[in-house]
Amino acid sequence: MMSKNRSTISLISTEPNPKGIRIERMDTLPVSKGTTLLKRGFAHMQKHGVIMDVTSVEQAQIAEDAGAVAVMVLDKLPYDVRKAGGVARTASIKVIEEIRDHITIPIMAKCRIGHTEEARVLEAVGVDMIDESEVLTPADEERHIWKWDFTVPFVNGAKNLGEALRRVEEGAAMIRTKGEPGTGNVAEAIKHIRILNNEVRRVKAVYQDGDMQELIKIARELKVSYVYVLETARLGRLPVVNFAAGGITTPADAAMLMSLGCDGVFVGSGIFKSQDPMERARAIVIATTYWDDPKMVMEAQKMIDEGKSMLGMDIKTLELRMQERGSEA
Amino acid sequence: MGITIGIMALQGDVEENLNATREALRSLNIDGNAIQVKYPEHIAGVDGLIIPGGESTVIGTLAMLNGSLKVVRERISSGMPVMGTCAGMILLAKRVYDRVVGETRQQLLDILDVTVERNAFGRQIDSFEADLKIKVIGEQPFKGVFIRAPVIRETGNGVDVLARLDDSNDSSKSKNKSKIVAVQQGNIIGTSFHPELSGDTRLHEYFIRLVKEYKSR
Repeated sequence: MMSKNRSTISLISTEPNPKGIRIERMDTLPVSKGTTLLKRGFAHMQKHGVIMDVTSVEQAQIAEDAGAVAVMVLDKLPYDVRKAGGVARTASIKVIEEIRDHITIPIMAKCRIGHTEEARVLEAVGVDMIDESEVLTPADEERHIWKWDFTVPFVNGAKNLGEALRRVEEGAAMIRTKGEPGTGNVAEAIKHIRILNNEVRRVKAVYQDGDMQELIKIARELKVSYVYVLETARLGRLPVVNFAAGGITTPADAAMLMSLGCDGVFVGSGIFKSQDPMERARAIVIATTYWDDPKMVMEAQKMIDEGKSMLGMDIKTLELRMQERGSEA
Repeated sequence: MGITIGIMALQGDVEENLNATREALRSLNIDGNAIQVKYPEHIAGVDGLIIPGGESTVIGTLAMLNGSLKVVRERISSGMPVMGTCAGMILLAKRVYDRVVGETRQQLLDILDVTVERNAFGRQIDSFEADLKIKVIGEQPFKGVFIRAPVIRETGNGVDVLARLDDSNDSSKSKNKSKIVAVQQGNIIGTSFHPELSGDTRLHEYFIRLVKEYKSR
């Protein structure tokens, strides 16, 4: 209608009329809910922020006071999921409800990969974003949830461009690196964002050379629709907000991932498996905002005690590599 | 000399506001630029400030920790135009409560004489888009993008209502629970929604005109 009415964020979509969109009336005013703009827009509001894993109201309140942009509710922190073994499922609904009613910032919760009905339960309880997560035991090895059918937005993990764009094609409104959850080791998150950045650089260069045939070839290699590769190439970045996750433990870890172009960070076990969660939570928030100011990151790093960091584990000796879950689909 | 508009860059959709402001400057053909500001000394040097969307508790905490809150308050009091979108509007407000949790202990600029209810429409599932009538920017409807949006329930003297959701002539039932979504108090503009996401730069243009006027005084 208006010539200047161009959206400021990418709204590319697989579904012409996603089932998740609801047209309603507020009194007499027509309103639309669950649109791509609202889902991705929500993710944009999290940018430059820290989303913290919590398992109780107490932890959620510590996170909120420290400056978390949102909390992720789990039954067990990823480190404990690893130790416990067995099947990991979504958190207890009572715990989610209790946290929901005690904090003002958004709450997120994880569902199992491909478990549409577990996600429906989370949508019904009112979580603000669902993480279809490899930390939990996958329910479907063949396919992820078709997220266009939901009104609430989703975030998915990825360790390369192909995975990221396949998840966006399924309707994810936000991407995060997978890293290797629960290890206290940031190496895998760094590896994944570097792979993604390199792949984005490649498609951007091909696009700038005007070689559309090569872009189609890349789309086939990545097993994703051409339009998503084209959009990424044009933007020179993922079409949705991209956070870092998996193994972030210190303020410097957060600053490192921000310096690699992440829009924000998730911290899983790193805070509440440490012995100084309150100080550490705030220190990571500060380092995420001021990642490009070494003096501020140093001040943040000073707020924590390395003796109180979670010990962490070497990735080479792990029996369970959560990052491989759902990668082929 | 051109005008400089700062976007408070502590947390939230900073880049979207940068882009919308630059686009608006171009469309107005006004000499000026938009920059990110993180530190109090940078805030002291801008002609106008936009506090973006994001989480008001986070932006407030970070602005308090580095002393920005105080500087912003002083600059606004001395006449610098400021626009707060969503979280930004919450920060500007004098009185804030949450729909579910009630009283919040968050940091505020305490300067815009309104009472704001946070998360007034519910959770993310109830976030919505709706066409708004905003007279000061023209007759054409403006796409309001409301994401876990706050609403203004009460306004003090000297606060002009720019837009409301219950825009009917029948004000009898909505008197008590008015749904005001955009206000102006002199040099302060607050919106419940995200003009930076709508792809329509008219509100940013409106703000830039205020800044230009302030600068030329």
